[in-house]
Amino acid sequence: MRKQVSSLVIRRLLIALITLVIVSFAVFFATALLPGDTATILLGQSATPEAIEGLRNAMHLNDPAILRFLRWIGGLFRGDFGTSYANNVPIADLIRGRFANTMKLAGLTAAVSVPLALTLGITAAIWRGTLYDRFVTVATIGIISVPEFMIATLAVLLFAVYLRWLPALSLTNEIKSFHDLLRVYAMPVVTLTFGVSAQMIRMTRAAVVETLNTPYVEMALLKGASRSRLVLKHALPNALGPIVNSVALSLSYLLGGVIIVETIFNYPGIAKLMVDAVSTRDLPLIQTCAMIFCVGYLFLITAADIIAVLSNPRLR
Amino acid sequence: MTNSTLSDRRGIRLGYRANLVGLSALGVIFLWVVVALFAPHMIPHSVGEIVDTDYFGPMSRDLWFGSDYLGRDIFSRILMGARYTLGISLAAVSIACFAGVALGMTAAVAGGWLDTLLSRFLDALNSIPSKLFGLVVVAAVGSSIPALIGTLAVIYIPGAYRFARALSVNVNTMDFMVVARIRGERLPYLIASEILPNILGPVLADLGLRFVFIVLLLSGLSFLGLGVQPPYADWGALVRENIGGLPFGAPAVILPSLAIASLTISVNLLIDNLPTRIRDRSVE
Repeated sequence: MRKQVSSLVIRRLLIALITLVIVSFAVFFATALLPGDTATILLGQSATPEAIEGLRNAMHLNDPAILRFLRWIGGLFRGDFGTSYANNVPIADLIRGRFANTMKLAGLTAAVSVPLALTLGITAAIWRGTLYDRFVTVATIGIISVPEFMIATLAVLLFAVYLRWLPALSLTNEIKSFHDLLRVYAMPVVTLTFGVSAQMIRMTRAAVVETLNTPYVEMALLKGASRSRLVLKHALPNALGPIVNSVALSLSYLLGGVIIVETIFNYPGIAKLMVDAVSTRDLPLIQTCAMIFCVGYLFLITAADIIAVLSNPRLR
Repeated sequence: MTNSTLSDRRGIRLGYRANLVGLSALGVIFLWVVVALFAPHMIPHSVGEIVDTDYFGPMSRDLWFGSDYLGRDIFSRILMGARYTLGISLAAVSIACFAGVALGMTAAVAGGWLDTLLSRFLDALNSIPSKLFGLVVVAAVGSSIPALIGTLAVIYIPGAYRFARALSVNVNTMDFMVVARIRGERLPYLIASEILPNILGPVLADLGLRFVFIVLLLSGLSFLGLGVQPPYADWGALVRENIGGLPFGAPAVILPSLAIASLTISVNLLIDNLPTRIRDRSVE
Protein backbone atom coordinates (compact mmCIF):
# COMPACT_ATOMS: atom_id res chain seq x y z
CA MET A 1 0.00 0.00 0.00
CA ARG A 2 2.74 2.43 0.97
CA LYS A 3 4.44 1.74 -2.34
CA GLN A 4 1.31 2.83 -4.17
CA VAL A 5 1.36 6.21 -2.45
CA SER A 6 5.01 6.89 -3.21
CA SER A 7 4.57 5.87 -6.84
CA LEU A 8 1.57 8.21 -7.13
CA VAL A 9 3.55 11.06 -5.61
CA ILE A 10 6.56 10.42 -7.84
CA ARG A 11 4.27 10.29 -10.86
CA ARG A 12 2.77 13.64 -9.89
CA LEU A 13 6.22 15.17 -9.46
CA LEU A 14 7.26 13.87 -12.88
CA ILE A 15 4.17 15.41 -14.45
CA ALA A 16 5.04 18.72 -12.76
CA LEU A 17 8.52 18.53 -14.23
CA ILE A 18 7.24 17.85 -17.75
CA THR A 19 4.75 20.69 -17.33
CA LEU A 20 7.54 23.01 -16.28
CA VAL A 21 9.48 22.21 -19.44
CA ILE A 22 6.44 22.87 -21.65
CA VAL A 23 5.69 26.08 -19.75
CA SER A 24 9.23 27.40 -20.10
CA PHE A 25 9.02 26.58 -23.80
CA ALA A 26 5.76 28.53 -24.06
CA VAL A 27 7.15 31.52 -22.14
CA PHE A 28 10.32 31.62 -24.22
CA PHE A 29 8.61 31.36 -27.58
CA ALA A 30 5.80 33.75 -26.71
CA THR A 31 8.40 36.39 -25.97
CA ALA A 32 10.46 35.39 -29.00
CA LEU A 33 7.44 36.33 -31.13
CA LEU A 34 8.05 39.96 -30.27
CA PRO A 35 8.13 42.00 -33.47
CA GLY A 36 11.18 44.17 -34.03
CA ASP A 37 14.82 43.28 -33.72
CA THR A 38 16.31 43.48 -30.25
CA ALA A 39 19.64 44.77 -31.47
CA THR A 40 17.96 47.57 -33.45
CA ILE A 41 15.88 48.52 -30.43
CA LEU A 42 18.95 48.62 -28.18
CA LEU A 43 21.11 50.67 -30.52
CA GLY A 44 18.38 52.99 -31.76
CA GLN A 45 17.38 53.98 -35.28
CA SER A 46 20.65 55.71 -36.17
CA ALA A 47 22.92 52.68 -35.65
CA THR A 48 24.94 51.44 -38.61
CA PRO A 49 24.05 48.02 -40.05
CA GLU A 50 27.56 46.81 -39.08
CA ALA A 51 27.06 47.78 -35.44
CA ILE A 52 23.68 46.03 -35.35
CA GLU A 53 25.18 42.93 -36.95
CA GLY A 54 28.01 42.98 -34.40
CA LEU A 55 25.64 43.24 -31.48
CA ARG A 56 23.44 40.51 -32.92
CA ASN A 57 26.45 38.21 -33.02
CA ALA A 58 27.58 39.21 -29.54
CA MET A 59 24.09 38.50 -28.13
CA HIS A 60 23.84 35.20 -30.07
CA LEU A 61 20.67 36.51 -31.72
CA ASN A 62 21.61 34.87 -35.02
CA ASP A 63 21.58 31.41 -33.47
CA PRO A 64 18.59 29.17 -34.05
CA ALA A 65 15.79 29.67 -31.52
CA ILE A 66 16.24 26.24 -29.97
CA LEU A 67 19.90 26.99 -29.12
CA ARG A 68 18.94 30.30 -27.53
CA PHE A 69 16.25 28.49 -25.58
CA LEU A 70 18.71 25.90 -24.23
CA ARG A 71 21.22 28.62 -23.34
CA TRP A 72 18.50 30.53 -21.50
CA ILE A 73 17.34 27.47 -19.55
CA GLY A 74 20.95 26.57 -18.71
CA GLY A 75 21.44 30.10 -17.40
CA LEU A 76 18.35 29.86 -15.20
CA PHE A 77 19.71 26.68 -13.60
CA ARG A 78 23.05 28.32 -12.82
CA GLY A 79 21.25 31.34 -11.35
CA ASP A 80 22.27 33.52 -14.28
CA PHE A 81 19.08 35.29 -15.29
CA GLY A 82 20.66 37.51 -17.92
CA THR A 83 20.76 41.29 -18.16
CA SER A 84 17.85 43.68 -18.34
CA TYR A 85 17.61 45.44 -21.72
CA ALA A 86 16.13 48.60 -20.27
CA ASN A 87 18.89 49.63 -17.86
CA ASN A 88 21.63 47.05 -18.37
CA VAL A 89 21.52 45.77 -14.79
CA PRO A 90 21.83 42.03 -14.02
CA ILE A 91 18.30 40.73 -13.51
CA ALA A 92 19.30 38.87 -10.37
CA ASP A 93 20.07 42.23 -8.71
CA LEU A 94 16.74 43.72 -9.81
CA ILE A 95 14.79 40.78 -8.54
CA ARG A 96 16.40 40.00 -5.18
CA GLY A 97 14.83 42.70 -3.02
CA ARG A 98 11.55 42.69 -4.88
CA PHE A 99 11.11 38.98 -4.55
CA ALA A 100 11.41 39.30 -0.77
CA ASN A 101 8.81 42.10 -0.83
CA THR A 102 6.33 40.00 -2.78
CA MET A 103 6.88 37.01 -0.51
CA LYS A 104 6.25 39.25 2.52
CA LEU A 105 2.99 40.44 1.01
CA ALA A 106 1.94 36.90 0.10
CA GLY A 107 2.93 35.52 3.51
CA LEU A 108 1.00 38.20 5.40
CA THR A 109 -2.05 37.64 3.21
CA ALA A 110 -1.89 33.90 3.81
CA ALA A 111 -1.50 34.44 7.56
CA VAL A 112 -4.65 36.58 7.61
CA SER A 113 -6.82 34.80 5.08
CA VAL A 114 -6.26 31.12 5.96
CA PRO A 115 -7.65 31.28 9.54
CA LEU A 116 -10.38 33.67 8.46
CA ALA A 117 -11.51 31.61 5.49
CA LEU A 118 -11.38 28.28 7.33
CA THR A 119 -13.50 29.66 10.17
CA LEU A 120 -16.08 31.14 7.82
CA GLY A 121 -16.11 28.14 5.49
CA ILE A 122 -16.47 25.52 8.21
CA THR A 123 -19.09 27.44 10.18
CA ALA A 124 -21.08 28.12 7.01
CA ALA A 125 -21.04 24.39 6.28
CA ILE A 126 -22.16 23.49 9.83
CA TRP A 127 -25.05 25.94 9.77
CA ARG A 128 -25.83 25.24 6.17
CA GLY A 129 -29.12 26.61 4.91
CA THR A 130 -29.32 29.29 7.59
CA LEU A 131 -29.33 33.02 6.93
CA TYR A 132 -25.65 33.15 7.91
CA ASP A 133 -24.74 30.51 5.34
CA ARG A 134 -26.74 32.30 2.63
CA PHE A 135 -25.00 35.56 3.44
CA VAL A 136 -21.52 33.98 3.26
CA THR A 137 -22.35 32.21 0.00
CA VAL A 138 -23.75 35.31 -1.70
CA ALA A 139 -20.86 37.47 -0.47
CA THR A 140 -18.25 35.03 -1.80
CA ILE A 141 -19.98 34.75 -5.19
CA GLY A 142 -20.08 38.53 -5.35
CA ILE A 143 -16.38 38.88 -4.55
CA ILE A 144 -15.36 36.20 -7.02
CA SER A 145 -17.39 37.85 -9.80
CA VAL A 146 -15.81 41.29 -9.58
CA PRO A 147 -12.34 42.30 -10.80
CA GLU A 148 -9.59 42.68 -8.16
CA PHE A 149 -9.04 46.30 -9.08
CA MET A 150 -12.63 47.02 -8.10
CA ILE A 151 -12.08 45.59 -4.61
CA ALA A 152 -8.87 47.60 -4.40
CA THR A 153 -10.48 50.86 -5.52
CA LEU A 154 -13.41 50.37 -3.15
CA ALA A 155 -10.97 49.66 -0.31
CA VAL A 156 -9.03 52.83 -1.08
CA LEU A 157 -12.26 54.78 -1.29
CA LEU A 158 -13.48 53.46 2.05
CA PHE A 159 -10.32 53.38 4.17
CA ALA A 160 -8.18 56.14 2.63
CA VAL A 161 -10.70 58.63 1.23
CA TYR A 162 -13.74 58.52 3.50
CA LEU A 163 -12.35 57.16 6.77
CA ARG A 164 -8.77 58.43 6.28
CA TRP A 165 -7.33 55.55 8.30
CA LEU A 166 -4.71 54.40 5.82
CA PRO A 167 -2.49 55.80 3.10
CA ALA A 168 -3.39 54.85 -0.47
CA LEU A 169 0.19 54.04 -1.53
CA SER A 170 2.81 51.61 -0.26
CA LEU A 171 6.20 53.08 0.58
CA THR A 172 8.10 50.22 2.15
CA ASN A 173 11.28 52.16 2.83
CA GLU A 174 9.55 54.37 5.37
CA ILE A 175 8.82 51.64 7.86
CA LYS A 176 10.15 52.56 11.28
CA SER A 177 7.70 50.99 13.71
CA PHE A 178 5.08 48.29 13.89
CA HIS A 179 2.45 50.95 13.40
CA ASP A 180 4.02 51.99 10.08
CA LEU A 181 4.19 48.37 9.00
CA LEU A 182 0.51 47.98 9.67
CA ARG A 183 -0.35 51.11 7.75
CA VAL A 184 1.74 50.19 4.71
CA TYR A 185 0.62 46.61 4.36
CA ALA A 186 -3.00 46.97 5.44
CA MET A 187 -4.50 47.98 2.10
CA PRO A 188 -2.77 45.48 -0.20
CA VAL A 189 -3.29 42.69 2.32
CA VAL A 190 -6.97 43.54 2.81
CA THR A 191 -7.56 43.57 -0.95
CA LEU A 192 -5.77 40.29 -1.55
CA THR A 193 -7.42 38.68 1.47
CA PHE A 194 -10.86 39.34 0.00
CA GLY A 195 -10.11 37.49 -3.21
CA VAL A 196 -8.16 34.60 -1.69
CA SER A 197 -10.61 34.08 1.16
CA ALA A 198 -13.64 34.04 -1.11
CA GLN A 199 -12.15 31.14 -3.09
CA MET A 200 -11.06 29.32 0.03
CA ILE A 201 -14.39 29.73 1.81
CA ARG A 202 -16.27 28.25 -1.14
CA MET A 203 -14.01 25.22 -1.42
CA THR A 204 -13.80 24.62 2.33
CA ARG A 205 -17.56 24.83 2.67
CA ALA A 206 -18.03 22.38 -0.19
CA ALA A 207 -15.53 19.93 1.35
CA VAL A 208 -17.15 19.98 4.80
CA VAL A 209 -20.69 19.77 3.40
CA GLU A 210 -19.67 16.72 1.40
CA THR A 211 -18.30 15.01 4.52
CA LEU A 212 -21.37 15.93 6.56
CA ASN A 213 -23.52 14.15 3.97
CA THR A 214 -21.79 10.78 4.48
CA PRO A 215 -23.55 7.87 6.22
CA TYR A 216 -21.15 7.68 9.18
CA VAL A 217 -21.91 11.26 10.15
CA GLU A 218 -25.60 10.44 10.01
CA MET A 219 -24.82 7.43 12.21
CA ALA A 220 -23.09 9.70 14.74
CA LEU A 221 -26.11 11.99 14.67
CA LEU A 222 -28.44 9.05 15.28
CA LYS A 223 -26.43 7.77 18.21
CA GLY A 224 -26.92 11.17 19.83
CA ALA A 225 -23.55 12.90 19.43
CA SER A 226 -23.65 16.64 20.03
CA ARG A 227 -23.30 18.98 17.09
CA SER A 228 -19.80 20.15 18.00
CA ARG A 229 -18.64 16.55 18.58
CA LEU A 230 -20.22 15.56 15.27
CA VAL A 231 -18.25 18.17 13.39
CA LEU A 232 -14.98 18.24 15.31
CA LYS A 233 -14.51 14.51 16.05
CA HIS A 234 -16.28 12.83 13.15
CA ALA A 235 -16.43 15.08 10.10
CA LEU A 236 -13.42 17.37 10.31
CA PRO A 237 -10.60 14.79 10.42
CA ASN A 238 -11.91 13.32 7.17
CA ALA A 239 -12.47 16.69 5.54
CA LEU A 240 -8.95 17.82 6.45
CA GLY A 241 -7.34 16.53 3.23
CA PRO A 242 -9.77 18.32 0.89
CA ILE A 243 -9.53 21.46 3.04
CA VAL A 244 -5.72 21.62 2.89
CA ASN A 245 -5.99 20.91 -0.83
CA SER A 246 -8.35 23.87 -1.23
CA VAL A 247 -6.04 26.11 0.80
CA ALA A 248 -3.14 25.36 -1.55
CA LEU A 249 -5.32 25.92 -4.62
CA SER A 250 -6.70 29.21 -3.31
CA LEU A 251 -3.23 30.49 -2.50
CA SER A 252 -2.36 30.06 -6.16
CA TYR A 253 -4.96 32.76 -6.76
CA LEU A 254 -2.56 35.10 -4.95
CA LEU A 255 -0.23 34.98 -7.96
CA GLY A 256 -2.86 36.57 -10.18
CA GLY A 257 -4.02 38.93 -7.47
CA VAL A 258 -0.61 40.44 -6.69
CA ILE A 259 -0.23 41.61 -10.30
CA ILE A 260 -3.17 44.00 -9.90
CA VAL A 261 -2.61 44.82 -6.25
CA GLU A 262 1.09 45.68 -6.57
CA THR A 263 0.31 47.93 -9.52
CA ILE A 264 -2.58 49.78 -7.93
CA PHE A 265 -0.81 50.37 -4.61
CA ASN A 266 2.56 50.95 -6.24
CA TYR A 267 4.07 48.18 -4.13
CA PRO A 268 7.69 47.40 -5.07
CA GLY A 269 7.34 43.67 -5.77
CA ILE A 270 8.02 41.22 -8.57
CA ALA A 271 4.63 41.68 -10.20
CA LYS A 272 5.02 45.46 -10.47
CA LEU A 273 8.47 44.87 -11.94
CA MET A 274 6.98 42.56 -14.53
CA VAL A 275 4.15 44.91 -15.51
CA ASP A 276 6.72 47.68 -15.96
CA ALA A 277 8.90 45.29 -17.98
CA VAL A 278 5.94 44.57 -20.27
CA SER A 279 5.39 48.25 -20.97
CA THR A 280 9.10 48.78 -21.72
CA ARG A 281 9.25 45.43 -23.57
CA ASP A 282 12.21 44.29 -21.52
CA LEU A 283 12.30 40.67 -22.71
CA PRO A 284 14.77 38.92 -20.36
CA LEU A 285 13.10 40.53 -17.37
CA ILE A 286 9.62 39.43 -18.54
CA GLN A 287 10.88 35.88 -19.10
CA THR A 288 12.47 35.62 -15.67
CA CYS A 289 9.49 37.10 -13.82
CA ALA A 290 7.11 34.86 -15.76
CA MET A 291 9.17 31.80 -14.85
CA ILE A 292 9.18 32.75 -11.15
CA PHE A 293 5.41 33.04 -11.22
CA CYS A 294 4.93 29.79 -13.12
CA VAL A 295 7.21 27.87 -10.77
CA GLY A 296 5.32 29.27 -7.77
CA TYR A 297 1.97 28.38 -9.29
CA LEU A 298 3.08 24.92 -10.35
CA PHE A 299 4.52 24.31 -6.86
CA LEU A 300 1.20 25.18 -5.22
CA ILE A 301 -1.02 23.09 -7.50
CA THR A 302 1.37 20.14 -7.31
CA ALA A 303 1.42 20.44 -3.51
CA ALA A 304 -2.39 20.50 -3.54
CA ASP A 305 -2.51 17.31 -5.61
CA ILE A 306 0.05 15.49 -3.45
CA ILE A 307 -1.80 16.46 -0.27
CA ALA A 308 -4.99 15.10 -1.81
CA VAL A 309 -3.23 11.77 -2.47
CA LEU A 310 -1.62 11.60 0.97
CA SER A 311 -4.82 12.44 2.80
CA ASN A 312 -6.79 9.65 1.16
CA PRO A 313 -6.85 6.91 3.80
CA ARG A 314 -7.67 4.26 1.21
CA LEU A 315 -4.25 4.78 -0.32
CA ARG A 316 -2.31 4.92 2.91
CA MET B 1 -31.35 14.88 -36.91
CA THR B 2 -29.36 17.15 -34.63
CA ASN B 3 -31.76 19.97 -35.33
CA SER B 4 -34.82 18.01 -34.36
CA THR B 5 -33.35 16.82 -31.02
CA LEU B 6 -32.27 20.35 -30.26
CA SER B 7 -35.66 21.90 -30.88
CA ASP B 8 -37.32 19.12 -28.87
CA ARG B 9 -35.07 19.93 -25.95
CA ARG B 10 -35.80 23.62 -26.23
CA GLY B 11 -39.49 22.83 -26.08
CA ILE B 12 -39.01 20.96 -22.83
CA ARG B 13 -36.86 23.71 -21.38
CA LEU B 14 -39.66 26.24 -21.63
CA GLY B 15 -41.56 24.04 -19.23
CA TYR B 16 -39.05 24.61 -16.41
CA ARG B 17 -40.16 26.72 -13.50
CA ALA B 18 -38.88 30.25 -13.94
CA ASN B 19 -36.75 31.57 -11.10
CA LEU B 20 -36.99 35.22 -10.08
CA VAL B 21 -33.26 35.75 -9.42
CA GLY B 22 -32.37 33.99 -12.66
CA LEU B 23 -34.86 36.06 -14.62
CA SER B 24 -33.67 39.39 -13.25
CA ALA B 25 -30.06 38.36 -13.96
CA LEU B 26 -31.15 37.53 -17.51
CA GLY B 27 -32.79 40.96 -17.67
CA VAL B 28 -29.55 42.76 -16.75
CA ILE B 29 -27.58 40.74 -19.32
CA PHE B 30 -30.20 41.47 -21.99
CA LEU B 31 -30.03 45.18 -21.14
CA TRP B 32 -26.25 45.25 -21.63
CA VAL B 33 -26.54 43.36 -24.91
CA VAL B 34 -29.05 45.94 -26.17
CA VAL B 35 -26.75 48.73 -25.00
CA ALA B 36 -23.77 47.14 -26.76
CA LEU B 37 -25.75 46.79 -29.99
CA PHE B 38 -27.32 50.22 -30.12
CA ALA B 39 -24.86 52.36 -28.12
CA PRO B 40 -24.09 54.84 -30.95
CA HIS B 41 -27.80 55.75 -31.10
CA MET B 42 -28.23 55.95 -27.34
CA ILE B 43 -25.37 58.15 -26.17
CA PRO B 44 -26.41 61.68 -25.17
CA HIS B 45 -22.95 63.15 -25.92
CA SER B 46 -20.18 62.17 -28.32
CA VAL B 47 -17.54 60.08 -26.50
CA GLY B 48 -14.68 62.37 -27.49
CA GLU B 49 -16.44 65.66 -26.86
CA ILE B 50 -15.46 67.70 -23.81
CA VAL B 51 -18.78 68.77 -22.33
CA ASP B 52 -17.85 69.79 -18.79
CA THR B 53 -15.56 72.68 -17.90
CA ASP B 54 -14.61 70.85 -14.73
CA TYR B 55 -12.95 67.43 -14.59
CA PHE B 56 -14.24 64.57 -12.42
CA GLY B 57 -17.54 66.40 -12.22
CA PRO B 58 -20.31 65.01 -10.02
CA MET B 59 -23.56 63.47 -11.24
CA SER B 60 -25.92 66.11 -12.58
CA ARG B 61 -29.08 66.39 -14.63
CA ASP B 62 -27.18 66.92 -17.85
CA LEU B 63 -24.26 64.53 -17.16
CA TRP B 64 -25.97 61.60 -15.49
CA PHE B 65 -22.80 59.87 -14.34
CA GLY B 66 -20.57 62.93 -14.09
CA SER B 67 -17.54 63.73 -16.22
CA ASP B 68 -14.15 62.07 -16.62
CA TYR B 69 -10.58 63.32 -16.25
CA LEU B 70 -10.91 65.49 -19.36
CA GLY B 71 -14.48 66.58 -18.75
CA ARG B 72 -16.06 64.06 -21.14
CA ASP B 73 -19.45 62.50 -20.42
CA ILE B 74 -18.83 59.26 -18.56
CA PHE B 75 -22.35 57.91 -19.17
CA SER B 76 -21.79 57.93 -22.93
CA ARG B 77 -18.34 56.44 -22.48
CA ILE B 78 -19.70 53.56 -20.40
CA LEU B 79 -22.40 52.85 -23.00
CA MET B 80 -19.80 52.76 -25.75
CA GLY B 81 -17.41 50.79 -23.53
CA ALA B 82 -20.02 48.03 -23.35
CA ARG B 83 -19.34 47.36 -27.03
CA TYR B 84 -15.67 46.63 -26.38
CA THR B 85 -16.07 44.70 -23.15
CA LEU B 86 -18.97 42.56 -24.40
CA GLY B 87 -17.80 42.29 -27.99
CA ILE B 88 -14.21 41.24 -27.31
CA SER B 89 -15.20 38.86 -24.51
CA LEU B 90 -17.96 37.27 -26.54
CA ALA B 91 -15.71 36.76 -29.55
CA ALA B 92 -12.95 35.32 -27.38
CA VAL B 93 -15.23 32.99 -25.43
CA SER B 94 -16.83 31.72 -28.64
CA ILE B 95 -13.46 30.86 -30.15
CA ALA B 96 -12.17 29.34 -26.90
CA CYS B 97 -15.22 27.17 -26.35
CA PHE B 98 -15.58 26.12 -29.97
CA ALA B 99 -11.95 25.06 -30.19
CA GLY B 100 -11.83 23.61 -26.68
CA VAL B 101 -15.02 21.58 -27.04
CA ALA B 102 -14.15 20.33 -30.52
CA LEU B 103 -10.70 19.21 -29.33
CA GLY B 104 -12.11 17.75 -26.12
CA MET B 105 -14.70 15.64 -27.94
CA THR B 106 -12.13 14.51 -30.49
CA ALA B 107 -9.69 13.51 -27.76
CA ALA B 108 -12.36 11.58 -25.85
CA VAL B 109 -13.64 9.72 -28.92
CA ALA B 110 -10.27 9.10 -30.58
CA GLY B 111 -8.43 8.22 -27.37
CA GLY B 112 -4.91 6.80 -27.56
CA TRP B 113 -1.82 8.90 -28.13
CA LEU B 114 -3.78 11.87 -29.53
CA ASP B 115 -5.68 12.10 -26.26
CA THR B 116 -2.54 11.78 -24.12
CA LEU B 117 -0.60 14.31 -26.15
CA LEU B 118 -3.38 16.90 -26.26
CA SER B 119 -4.19 16.50 -22.58
CA ARG B 120 -0.56 16.81 -21.46
CA PHE B 121 0.03 19.87 -23.61
CA LEU B 122 -3.17 21.72 -22.72
CA ASP B 123 -2.81 20.86 -19.02
CA ALA B 124 0.63 22.42 -19.13
CA LEU B 125 -0.81 25.60 -20.67
CA ASN B 126 -3.45 25.51 -17.97
CA SER B 127 -0.78 25.71 -15.30
CA ILE B 128 0.28 29.19 -16.37
CA PRO B 129 -1.67 31.73 -14.32
CA SER B 130 -4.08 33.40 -16.75
CA LYS B 131 -3.19 36.99 -15.93
CA LEU B 132 0.50 36.24 -16.35
CA PHE B 133 -0.15 34.44 -19.64
CA GLY B 134 -2.03 37.53 -20.79
CA LEU B 135 0.84 39.83 -19.81
CA VAL B 136 3.46 37.74 -21.62
CA VAL B 137 1.45 37.32 -24.82
CA VAL B 138 0.38 40.96 -24.91
CA ALA B 139 4.03 41.93 -24.51
CA ALA B 140 4.80 39.75 -27.51
CA VAL B 141 1.98 40.41 -29.96
CA GLY B 142 0.76 43.82 -28.81
CA SER B 143 -2.73 44.83 -27.78
CA SER B 144 -4.67 45.45 -30.96
CA ILE B 145 -8.25 44.23 -30.64
CA PRO B 146 -7.82 41.09 -32.81
CA ALA B 147 -4.64 40.23 -30.85
CA LEU B 148 -6.55 40.63 -27.57
CA ILE B 149 -9.35 38.36 -28.79
CA GLY B 150 -6.81 35.74 -29.88
CA THR B 151 -4.87 35.93 -26.62
CA LEU B 152 -7.96 35.63 -24.42
CA ALA B 153 -9.23 32.72 -26.53
CA VAL B 154 -5.93 30.82 -26.31
CA ILE B 155 -5.77 31.31 -22.54
CA TYR B 156 -9.19 29.73 -22.02
CA ILE B 157 -9.03 26.90 -24.56
CA PRO B 158 -7.37 24.46 -22.08
CA GLY B 159 -10.14 24.92 -19.51
CA ALA B 160 -12.91 24.40 -22.09
CA TYR B 161 -11.04 21.37 -23.42
CA ARG B 162 -10.70 19.77 -20.01
CA PHE B 163 -14.37 20.27 -19.21
CA ALA B 164 -15.67 18.99 -22.56
CA ARG B 165 -13.30 16.02 -22.51
CA ALA B 166 -14.43 14.94 -19.03
CA LEU B 167 -18.09 15.05 -20.12
CA SER B 168 -17.42 13.33 -23.46
CA VAL B 169 -15.50 10.49 -21.81
CA ASN B 170 -18.67 9.64 -19.88
CA VAL B 171 -20.89 9.78 -22.95
CA ASN B 172 -18.33 7.76 -24.88
CA THR B 173 -18.97 4.69 -22.70
CA MET B 174 -22.71 4.62 -23.47
CA ASP B 175 -24.28 1.85 -25.49
CA PHE B 176 -25.44 4.14 -28.30
CA MET B 177 -21.81 5.04 -28.93
CA VAL B 178 -20.94 1.36 -29.32
CA VAL B 179 -23.86 0.96 -31.71
CA ALA B 180 -22.81 3.97 -33.74
CA ARG B 181 -19.26 2.65 -33.92
CA ILE B 182 -20.47 -0.76 -35.09
CA ARG B 183 -22.58 0.98 -37.73
CA GLY B 184 -19.25 2.29 -38.99
CA GLU B 185 -19.83 5.97 -38.29
CA ARG B 186 -16.80 8.22 -38.65
CA LEU B 187 -15.31 10.66 -36.15
CA PRO B 188 -17.07 13.85 -37.38
CA TYR B 189 -20.48 12.17 -37.17
CA LEU B 190 -19.78 10.65 -33.74
CA ILE B 191 -18.74 14.03 -32.40
CA ALA B 192 -21.45 16.18 -33.94
CA SER B 193 -24.45 13.88 -33.70
CA GLU B 194 -23.83 11.55 -30.77
CA ILE B 195 -21.63 13.39 -28.27
CA LEU B 196 -22.47 17.07 -28.74
CA PRO B 197 -26.26 16.89 -28.17
CA ASN B 198 -25.60 15.03 -24.93
CA ILE B 199 -23.17 17.52 -23.46
CA LEU B 200 -24.66 20.73 -24.83
CA GLY B 201 -26.37 21.94 -21.63
CA PRO B 202 -23.32 21.81 -19.34
CA VAL B 203 -21.10 23.11 -22.13
CA LEU B 204 -23.30 26.21 -22.51
CA ALA B 205 -23.23 26.77 -18.74
CA ASP B 206 -19.46 26.42 -18.84
CA LEU B 207 -19.36 28.96 -21.67
CA GLY B 208 -21.13 31.43 -19.40
CA LEU B 209 -18.61 30.92 -16.58
CA ARG B 210 -15.70 31.26 -18.98
CA PHE B 211 -17.28 34.46 -20.33
CA VAL B 212 -17.09 35.89 -16.80
CA PHE B 213 -13.42 34.90 -16.49
CA ILE B 214 -12.66 36.55 -19.81
CA VAL B 215 -14.49 39.77 -18.92
CA LEU B 216 -12.51 39.91 -15.67
CA LEU B 217 -9.18 39.20 -17.37
CA LEU B 218 -9.84 41.70 -20.17
CA SER B 219 -10.79 44.36 -17.64
CA GLY B 220 -7.69 43.52 -15.60
CA LEU B 221 -5.42 43.85 -18.63
CA SER B 222 -7.08 47.10 -19.68
CA PHE B 223 -6.74 48.34 -16.13
CA LEU B 224 -3.00 47.66 -16.31
CA GLY B 225 -2.92 49.64 -19.56
CA LEU B 226 -2.19 46.56 -21.66
CA GLY B 227 -5.68 45.84 -22.95
CA VAL B 228 -7.87 48.01 -25.17
CA GLN B 229 -5.86 51.09 -26.22
CA PRO B 230 -7.02 54.70 -26.62
CA PRO B 231 -8.95 56.19 -28.38
CA TYR B 232 -11.13 53.13 -27.71
CA ALA B 233 -11.96 52.33 -24.12
CA ASP B 234 -13.60 49.32 -22.52
CA TRP B 235 -14.78 49.40 -18.92
CA GLY B 236 -11.41 48.39 -17.48
CA ALA B 237 -9.68 51.15 -19.46
CA LEU B 238 -12.26 53.66 -18.20
CA VAL B 239 -11.33 52.79 -14.60
CA ARG B 240 -7.65 53.17 -15.45
CA GLU B 241 -7.91 56.56 -17.12
CA ASN B 242 -10.01 57.95 -14.30
CA ILE B 243 -8.09 56.41 -11.39
CA GLY B 244 -6.82 59.91 -10.56
CA GLY B 245 -10.34 60.77 -9.46
CA LEU B 246 -10.23 58.21 -6.67
CA PRO B 247 -9.16 60.66 -3.93
CA PHE B 248 -12.23 62.78 -4.77
CA GLY B 249 -14.54 59.78 -4.86
CA ALA B 250 -15.44 60.69 -8.46
CA PRO B 251 -18.28 58.68 -10.04
CA ALA B 252 -16.04 58.30 -13.11
CA VAL B 253 -13.93 55.69 -11.26
CA ILE B 254 -16.70 53.83 -9.51
CA LEU B 255 -19.39 53.52 -12.16
CA PRO B 256 -17.36 51.68 -14.84
CA SER B 257 -16.37 49.09 -12.21
CA LEU B 258 -20.00 48.80 -11.18
CA ALA B 259 -20.87 48.17 -14.83
CA ILE B 260 -18.39 45.26 -14.90
CA ALA B 261 -19.73 43.92 -11.62
CA SER B 262 -23.35 44.11 -12.78
CA LEU B 263 -22.52 42.07 -15.87
CA THR B 264 -20.34 39.41 -14.24
CA ILE B 265 -22.52 38.95 -11.17
CA SER B 266 -25.61 38.62 -13.41
CA VAL B 267 -24.00 35.93 -15.54
CA ASN B 268 -22.91 34.01 -12.44
CA LEU B 269 -26.36 34.30 -10.87
CA LEU B 270 -28.06 33.22 -14.09
CA ILE B 271 -25.89 30.10 -14.29
CA ASP B 272 -26.40 29.34 -10.60
CA ASN B 273 -30.15 29.54 -11.08
CA LEU B 274 -30.38 27.51 -14.27
CA PRO B 275 -32.54 24.43 -13.81
CA THR B 276 -30.16 21.71 -12.62
CA ARG B 277 -31.25 19.40 -15.39
CA ILE B 278 -29.78 21.75 -17.97
CA ARG B 279 -26.70 22.61 -15.95
CA ASP B 280 -25.59 19.22 -14.68
CA ARG B 281 -27.01 16.93 -17.30
CA SER B 282 -23.77 15.13 -17.98
CA VAL B 283 -25.33 11.81 -18.91
CA GLU B 284 -29.01 11.23 -19.35
